[in-house]
Amino acid sequence: MVERRPAVTLLSHLVLLLGILIVAFPIYLAFIASTHTRDEIVQVPMPVTPGTQMIENYTAALTGTAETQGSKAAVGRMMWVSLVTALVIAIGKIAISLLSAFAIVYFRFPFKKIVFWMIFVTLMLPVEVRILPTYKVLSDLNMLNTYAGLTIPLIASATATFLFRQFFLSVPDELVEAARIDGAGPMRFFKDILVPLSQTSIAALFVIQFIYGWNQYLWPLLATTTEDMYPVVIGIKRMIASGDAANDWNIIMATAILALLPPALVVVLMQRWFVKGLVDTEK
Amino acid sequence: MEKRVLFRSAWLPWALIAPQMAVILVFFFWPASQALMQSLQQEDAFGTSTVFVGLENFRELFNDQAYLDSFKVTALFSVLVAGFGIALSLMLAIFADRILRGGLVYKTFLIIPYAVAPAIAGVLWVFMFSPSIGIVAYALGLLGYDWNHLLNSGHALTLIIVAAVWKQISYNFLFFLAGLQSIPKALIEAAAIDGAGPLRRFISIQFPLLSPTTFFLLVINIVYAFFDTFAIVHATTEGGPGRDTAILVYKVWHDGFRALDLGGSAAQSVVLMAIVIVLTVIQFRYVEKKVQY
Repeated sequence: MVERRPAVTLLSHLVLLLGILIVAFPIYLAFIASTHTRDEIVQVPMPVTPGTQMIENYTAALTGTAETQGSKAAVGRMMWVSLVTALVIAIGKIAISLLSAFAIVYFRFPFKKIVFWMIFVTLMLPVEVRILPTYKVLSDLNMLNTYAGLTIPLIASATATFLFRQFFLSVPDELVEAARIDGAGPMRFFKDILVPLSQTSIAALFVIQFIYGWNQYLWPLLATTTEDMYPVVIGIKRMIASGDAANDWNIIMATAILALLPPALVVVLMQRWFVKGLVDTEK
Repeated sequence: MEKRVLFRSAWLPWALIAPQMAVILVFFFWPASQALMQSLQQEDAFGTSTVFVGLENFRELFNDQAYLDSFKVTALFSVLVAGFGIALSLMLAIFADRILRGGLVYKTFLIIPYAVAPAIAGVLWVFMFSPSIGIVAYALGLLGYDWNHLLNSGHALTLIIVAAVWKQISYNFLFFLAGLQSIPKALIEAAAIDGAGPLRRFISIQFPLLSPTTFFLLVINIVYAFFDTFAIVHATTEGGPGRDTAILVYKVWHDGFRALDLGGSAAQSVVLMAIVIVLTVIQFRYVEKKVQY
C-alpha cells in the first residue's frame, strides 16, 4: 500500500486468516468426520482431530459397501459419471462455441443477425426455468439415463460463444489479411492462427465449464432415474436418509470430500488462467 | 462491431454454426415455447386431456397463498444472500488488496468454495448444524440457543442463507479484488499525499470506483440466489419445515415433478423467465452505459 502502517497490515492478515478459517472450516470438519467411525461422530461434541478410520471409510464409500440407511450406490461409479459429464460438457461447449463464434465474427451470411440474437437469448434463460418441457424432450428422444441426456442440454447456453466472440473481435485484422495473402482458407486460418491465440480463454473456460458440469444438480436429478447414472453430487444427497442422526455421517462426509476434490484440484492448479478468464469474461 | 476483413463462403458459416443451432433449437427454443404453451393450458394428471385456459393458471397462481409466500421467501432470501455475500467479500478483498506477502496463499484458500457444488455445500452445513449431532448446533446450545432447523423456519432460512453465502464468497471476492487492483495507484497516492487515511481513501475513492463491480455482482448474486441455490434447498431443508423455505425455483420443481401440477408449474416457470429477462436486461443496459465511462 501507500504508506506503511503495521497495525493495519496486522489487522489485514488477521481478517484474512479469519476469513480462511470460516471458509475452510466446513471442509476441515468434513475431512475429520470422514476419518472416524459413525459412533464417534454421533456423540456430541464430535472430535476435532483426525481419527483412524480413513482407509475403511473411503473404501466403503468408493465401492458402495457401507451399511448406510440411505442410498448405497458406489461412489466410485458416481465419480466416473461426474467426470465424464464434466469433461463432455466442458469440451463440447468449447468446441461448439469456437466454431459458432468464428462463423459470426468472420463471415457474412443471410440471417446472421437473427442467428446472433437466438444465441444471445439462450444466455438469459438458465435450465431451471425450462425444466419440465426439456425433460419431456429428453424422454421423447429416449435420452433419459444416458450420458448424452446428461450433457447435451447443458451445452445449449451461449456463454462460451460470447466469450470467444469478444476475443475474436480483438484479434487484429492484419493477421487475417496475412493469412489470405499466403493463400490460407478460412479453416486453415482458424486452425493455425485463431485457436492457438485463444489458448488462455480456452483454458479459463475449461475450468469454469468443468466445475459447472461437475456441480450440476437439478438437471441430473431429472434426467436420470437409475442409480448407476447418478453423478456424485446427487448421490450424496440420496445418502442422507430422512431424519438426521440415523445417517452414516462418516461415509457421507467421505463422499463429500471425494466429490469436491476434482473440481478443487482443477481450480487450484489452473488458478491463474481461471481468475483471469472469470474476471474478463463477465465484463 | 464487424470485422473489416471477412471470408466469403456460401456454405461454410452455416456448417460452422450448425452444431450450436441444432442444440439450442432442440433443447432450448422448443422446450421454452412448450413451457409457454403449457402455462396456458391445464392438463389432468394422466395427460389424457388438455384444455386451453388462457391466463387462468397465472390468475390462480397469484391468488395462491403458497405461491405468494414462496415469492416473499425468495425475495428475502436473495436480498440477504446478495447483501451478506457482497459485504463479506468486499471486506476480505479490501484487506487482501493491502497485503504484500502471502497473497497467493490467501487467494487459493478463498477460491476453494467456488469449486464446491452447491449441493455439497448444503450437505456440509447441514451436517454442522444438525440439531442432534452438529458441532455448531452444539456450540449454539451451550450459548443457550436451541437450534433446530427442522422445526423452526427462521433457523431453516438461516441455514440455507449461510450455505449460499459461503459458496458465493469466492466469486465475489475475486471480482472485488480485480476491481480494487484496477484502480490506478496514482489516485490512491494523490489522496495519501493530501493526507487522507486508509478509511477516507476507501470511502471517497475506492468504493465509488467499485460501484460498477458492486452493481454487477448485485445482479449476479440475485440471479444466483434465485436459481443456483436449488441444490442447497433440496439437499438441506427440502423446502421445509412445511413449505417455509420453498424458494420459487424449488417450488417450480416440486409442483411439476412431485405434485404433478403441470400447468401451474409451467406458469411459474414463465414468471421466473420474465424475472430473469428483466434482470439480465437491466444488467446489460447498465454495463453498456458504464463501458463508455
